[in-house]
Amino acid sequence: MRAAVRFAAWLYAVAVYGFIFLPVVVLVLFSLQATSFPIPPFTGPSLRWYQAVLSDARLTSALVNSLLVAVLSSLASVTLGFLSAWGFARFVLPGSALLRGLITLPLTVSYLIIGMGLLVLFNWAGVPKSLLAAGIGHVVINLPLCFAIIYSQMGDHQINIERAARDLGAAEWKVLLLITVPVMAPAIFAGFFLSMTFSWDEFVISFLLTRFETTLPVEIWNLLRSGLNPKTNAVGSLVFAVSIVLVVFFELTLLRRKPA
Amino acid sequence: MSVSGSNSRALPWALVTPALAWTLLFFVLPFIAMGFSSLTAHEGGGFTLANYSQFFTDPSYWRSMVNSLEVTAIVTVISILLAYPFAWILAEMVPQRWQRLALMLAVLPFWTSYVVRSYSWLLVLAQNGVINRALTGMGLIAEPLQLANTRFATVTGFVHFFVMLLTLTIFANLKQLSPSYRRAAADLGAGPVRTFLHVVLPLTLPGIMVGAFLTFVLCIGDYITPQILGGNNELVMPQLVMMQIGRRGDFPLASALSIILMAVVTIAYLACARWLKIERA
Repeated sequence: MRAAVRFAAWLYAVAVYGFIFLPVVVLVLFSLQATSFPIPPFTGPSLRWYQAVLSDARLTSALVNSLLVAVLSSLASVTLGFLSAWGFARFVLPGSALLRGLITLPLTVSYLIIGMGLLVLFNWAGVPKSLLAAGIGHVVINLPLCFAIIYSQMGDHQINIERAARDLGAAEWKVLLLITVPVMAPAIFAGFFLSMTFSWDEFVISFLLTRFETTLPVEIWNLLRSGLNPKTNAVGSLVFAVSIVLVVFFELTLLRRKPA
Repeated sequence: MSVSGSNSRALPWALVTPALAWTLLFFVLPFIAMGFSSLTAHEGGGFTLANYSQFFTDPSYWRSMVNSLEVTAIVTVISILLAYPFAWILAEMVPQRWQRLALMLAVLPFWTSYVVRSYSWLLVLAQNGVINRALTGMGLIAEPLQLANTRFATVTGFVHFFVMLLTLTIFANLKQLSPSYRRAAADLGAGPVRTFLHVVLPLTLPGIMVGAFLTFVLCIGDYITPQILGGNNELVMPQLVMMQIGRRGDFPLASALSIILMAVVTIAYLACARWLKIERA
């Protein structure tokens, strides 16, 4: 009886793993398809669709745009998030609980509505659709994340180091740059890489706020109109690879703090 | 502190103001703009409640809200039912040293591009996709099944995403549970089933509710999965919103629909507030 339950449990786990991995395995497998349709039977293996993606000017420029927006918006998010987290953790401010709530509020609103709001506002203000507009939206969604991660890692032992530095005559900006930033580096990097993965993958805001120059998820969306296509599989597999690299960095930075 | 009085008062504000200003300018202000916009007419301007009354009187608009709520409810229930036993197996049956790896594997596809993940379900579910090829190949069906462009496809795509999310939250919840509760229940004579129903399940309920709330919010606000997998047969709210912008450039109506969508999420939050607060404490 017990053995039967155990067997059923393992079977169940394998089935769920199968469900979770099925689409990803199919995606990667058929990106290596030699013929023109990403459907069974597998005729593979061939790298021709990767070659096609890398020689497609629209896709490669969208890829560069995506990386650019991801890096710059994440830098802005992590800078604003770090400064405000430090401010809230080290000083008593009137209404600080409310203000902290305000900063984290965008986390509870769907990306579609954030994008819609910016679209209406920019439309009224006469701001044209652009990568910059989309990047502003990415900071709106990633700033609360960076703030929350860094704020939660501001511990008491750091206060003492900062106080020691001040007692030894360091100016406030020196304390910030030479003490707090290095001590908080793991949380700062974690916030940065997590923002990168979200910005890199973000679709709706970029879709609403860009027009001529756009990001990779939007370009992939446009590719989807042509139906099932091994080129889409190849670019999708590449996007997956980049995300995994970013997640590994996120894991490493967050894990590095643990022994401390 | 060796900081001078006036400096120490100005400094904290200098630190927090940029983040606050960003949030006010690019989150709160757009929301206000959207509120105003929702009260204007598409052509000609002037204040009107027409956009809201259109939603409440036009049955096709109602229908999309009902679709949204139905899909979200189905997805939430199935995802919890699938994820709970899975998280349990990972937490209880997988040896300690392999748990981290097992969990990382379970959420690895989480990090594929969201658009691409929905598309890859299309490869599985399409007329000539993997499932139909396999079934016809085995001689189980003569004609390929219509799997893509249905509610079934939308639900599958969503469940795929949320099983990973809920496995994470429920796993964390189960790991926090002290084993002494279960030991105490066993000592008092409860069998495994009773221990689960009367001890483990109630203690993990707050975690389940938080996960369910997250699923609700992310699912009802999502445009990508229903658009790619569900097609245009039965629209959900986000599709309706995007349609107003894409086809007709009707910002006021799209704004009104967004605000209604947000109101529904707020109601869900208030309904779950009890559990969400427990989690925060």
